[in-house]
Amino acid sequence: MSAHEYVVRTKGLVKIYTMGDEVLRALNGVDLDIRRGEYISIMGPSGSGKSTLFNAIGGMDRPDEGSVFINDVDMAQLDARELAYLRCHTIGYIFQTFNLIPVMTALENVTLPTVFAGISTDEGIERGMDHHRPSQLSGGQQQRVAIARALANNPSIILADEPTGNLDLKTGEEIIELLRQLNRDHGVTVISATHDYKMVNVSDRVVWIRDGVIAKIEERANIDLQIGQMHGGDF
Amino acid sequence: MSARQPVKPSDTKGGIQKQIQLPFKKAWQISLQGIRIRWMRSLITASGIFLGIAFFSFVRTAGLFPVDMSDKEAVAAANRQSWLAIMALLVCFVGIMNAMLMSVTERFKEIGTMKCLGALDNFVVKLFFIEAGLMGTLASLFGWVLGWLIMVLLHLATKGIEGMATSFWAGSLRELVLSVAIGVVITLLAAVPPARRAAKMPPVAALRSEI
Repeated sequence: MSAHEYVVRTKGLVKIYTMGDEVLRALNGVDLDIRRGEYISIMGPSGSGKSTLFNAIGGMDRPDEGSVFINDVDMAQLDARELAYLRCHTIGYIFQTFNLIPVMTALENVTLPTVFAGISTDEGIERGMDHHRPSQLSGGQQQRVAIARALANNPSIILADEPTGNLDLKTGEEIIELLRQLNRDHGVTVISATHDYKMVNVSDRVVWIRDGVIAKIEERANIDLQIGQMHGGDF
Repeated sequence: MSARQPVKPSDTKGGIQKQIQLPFKKAWQISLQGIRIRWMRSLITASGIFLGIAFFSFVRTAGLFPVDMSDKEAVAAANRQSWLAIMALLVCFVGIMNAMLMSVTERFKEIGTMKCLGALDNFVVKLFFIEAGLMGTLASLFGWVLGWLIMVLLHLATKGIEGMATSFWAGSLRELVLSVAIGVVITLLAAVPPARRAAKMPPVAALRSEI
């Protein structure tokens, strides 16, 4: 993959939900550039459009207007098979609820993306060491398996949706540290939607979403100073 | 934020290729494993099919025995049988539909997750096709045997081996094929369209679905 400066760019993203007569503009023109190797947190209260933006970036939902570019490729130009290829090779997904496939062992979960990529792993699975199923693992262990799974095909982007949302404080910190390490040591771009202020501490930039628009983007240098304020319920 | 550079249109698609189609064998392996691990759940789903077809087969087998046309009572009973068969088919239809719809809907999240990991829509559909096909075939087969067996035993107990001539055995074979075909078709009809719908959804919609 070529070394473009921006790994993700969004241009004029609009997403509209209609409930009965009510029209909700969940995203109302979002322009966002994310550099390669950045650790980005998308923050905002529930209903702010944070998840909608996140889902649009991950190709999990189509925006009504505007475009998402991944490595300078307009996602709207991709057909179903190219989109699947992108999800399989370029993006690694981490979910709040872990979303491991319950009928598969931890190892089979981790190797599933390689199966979809067409890399035969039959022998690997036979010799595999971990035959625990997700229901036998703690939340922290499940999230680690999920992270391993997200990394299986060596993606350039990790998309983490509230990765610490279902974890206790300490496990949450460990998961954040793990993501930070992957970002620092392997140059993986980490984009996470979160409520968790611990996430802010390790982010290069924090994108604040409010009412479907970017309220502000804070650089790392400014973040530490404002932590106290944030806790005070500034947002 | 610095001034935005214009986004350059790209015709190379940045190294993005078409996702490969997985062989049927792979889907077969994953489906089998799914049934095995979810054994209890699979049994419950399959028992819906099993009982429906057993009822159908029970009623149809009764119709295989010759009716004494001079006996008014017996002719009336035979007429009622054909209505019963239609009822049986309806019951079996609704039972199978319900069992399969449930088993697909409760796995929407799994479908969404698989798509995020790079599964193609038709791979997801293949998984459910194989699972439903297998369950439909086996459950219908055993269901038919059960219904047939009960009717034959009842007949033997009340009337002995009277009426169990070659035509009865030929009829049984025909009914077996018919029942299994009906069972499999209903099972696939109930499982595949919702699975296809879930597979075609954007992943976020499948992930959000609650049952």
